[in-house]
Amino acid sequence: MARAVTNQRKATNTLFAWAIGLLIFFPILWTILTSFKTEAQAINDPPIFFFFDWTLENYAAVMERSDYAKFLWNSIIIAVGSTILGVIIAVPAAWSMAFVPSKRTKDILLWMLSTKMLPAVGVLYPIYLIFIQLGILDSRIGLVVVLMLINLPIIVWMLYTYFKEIPVDILEAARMDGASLRDEIVHVLTPMAIPGIASTVLLNIILAWNEAFWTLNLTAAKAAPLTAFIASYSSPEGLFFAKLSAASTMAIAPILIMGWFSQKQLVRGLTFGAVK
Amino acid sequence: MGRFVLDKVSKSFGDTEVIPPLDLTIEDGEFTVFVGPSGCGKSTLLRLIAGLEDVSGGQVSIDGQDMTSVPPAKRGLSMVFQSYALYPHMTVRKNIAFPLRMAKMDKAEIKKRVDEAAEVLNLTDYLHRKPGQLSGGQRQRVAIGRAIVREPSAFLFDEPLSNLDAALRVGMRLEISEMHKRLATTMIYVTHDQVEAMTMADKIVVLQAGVIEQVGSPLELYRAPRNVFVAGFIGSPKMNLLTGPEAEKHDATTIGIRPEHISISNESGMWEGTVGVSEHLGSDSFFHVKCDAFEHPLTVRAGGELQMSYGAKVFLTPDAAHMHTFDAEGLRIG
Repeated sequence: MARAVTNQRKATNTLFAWAIGLLIFFPILWTILTSFKTEAQAINDPPIFFFFDWTLENYAAVMERSDYAKFLWNSIIIAVGSTILGVIIAVPAAWSMAFVPSKRTKDILLWMLSTKMLPAVGVLYPIYLIFIQLGILDSRIGLVVVLMLINLPIIVWMLYTYFKEIPVDILEAARMDGASLRDEIVHVLTPMAIPGIASTVLLNIILAWNEAFWTLNLTAAKAAPLTAFIASYSSPEGLFFAKLSAASTMAIAPILIMGWFSQKQLVRGLTFGAVK
Repeated sequence: MGRFVLDKVSKSFGDTEVIPPLDLTIEDGEFTVFVGPSGCGKSTLLRLIAGLEDVSGGQVSIDGQDMTSVPPAKRGLSMVFQSYALYPHMTVRKNIAFPLRMAKMDKAEIKKRVDEAAEVLNLTDYLHRKPGQLSGGQRQRVAIGRAIVREPSAFLFDEPLSNLDAALRVGMRLEISEMHKRLATTMIYVTHDQVEAMTMADKIVVLQAGVIEQVGSPLELYRAPRNVFVAGFIGSPKMNLLTGPEAEKHDATTIGIRPEHISISNESGMWEGTVGVSEHLGSDSFFHVKCDAFEHPLTVRAGGELQMSYGAKVFLTPDAAHMHTFDAEGLRIG
């Protein structure tokens, strides 16, 4: 029997869901609102919600002071580049773990994930030295590689979960049909796993886009992405909340828009396999 | 061409030996059925031939060539899976064309062959559909289409009809037999259904616990089962297997008599008993008769019109010419 849901109950649930949603979204909303205030209104006590003098002067100031396009371009290259590189490496890895597992496969997966538990700063020094040795400090290629490595365990883990859902029969049929390992992965496995791969890609672009520790520590002027762009507004001259907010809004806007349009895909990806 | 020789082929998963070393020869053009209860290793044996599993020992040769360590893609065999295993993201046309594409055949030839296969299998109207939009029977046809386009040296079928409903199953059984007559290609077919085995096979291989119990034509197996297991497995309804003093009269531990080789009468006969459940199929009637001489009731086949009421007293007489006798090890005496 279907569970009876009264209208009143439905309304309460909806209200509750909206309240939680708003609570989670509030910091972002506040940042966006603040970006349209004057500096004085931004730090007004009590805080002003909607009724302030809406202004675009912060955006003008930010655009004038820094080269937004350059930061944006760096962010795109680093986020998309590290994700694509990661997926190219992770697909064969996840294939072998899902379809020809050894006794240690589960352990390897856990061990890979455990690297995410290490505080990043613990390996900053060696990685910094390696970057100097290789001459890739403050280069986009360096960041692409580092962020790919940082997120690789998650990419492999996610793809592994999706691949496990694909019936082995179909891959065996491909083998019987004369497909080489490469054909099997390119023509059968990957197309069947497209929804899973798409949500993995989306999530990893978001993770790489927002990654601040490595991008701040390994870049200076040339390869700095939007995280460094935000950080440059929180520094020595004192805090300018309105300009900082404007910079933040500009930094998160692209990823927010992408997330909005792909939310169906993202939610499906993140709950994939939970319900048969 | 497709002649298979298995030489001392064995398979273990970890410490469990599922197939002890066995020898088997399958002649070119033969329709061979592997039959046995579930878990008897018949599918594993097929997968060893396909190359989808590695053998733990022994040698698999096809047409005189050692194929033991050749990957499945290079063995030149086609396989139809129980689950059909169609590529869900491809249309029917692309599914059938896939093996040809893998063989790097040119596009015009691929199109021609796919159209031909679709024609034969009544799939022409469905070529643009995806497998998800097809019925079970149509999916099965696509799976078969994908297997035949390549003109393999042999077809392997792994319980291909178990997911179909009864009526469709009988139809597909005929179609597969028809296809075998037309193509004259070796076919190896795995099933747990002895009716499928009897109706389709040139040669039946009966397996139990990874061991070959008997190899022979359907009628050889029916007429002269090598042991009690084969006797009980082949034939429907099952052969009556009787033990006790009656068996000892024939110097045997077990005697076997098929339901169709017992006559039933109201007046006189060798064994006296009472009628239990009757099953009327129209063409035949089956009576389950409890005799004092035996522990289990006997199944008897009679004409379709014969009526016997529940609890009626009857006499049964076995046809001595069709009696099977088995020794203490279960092996056939005569």
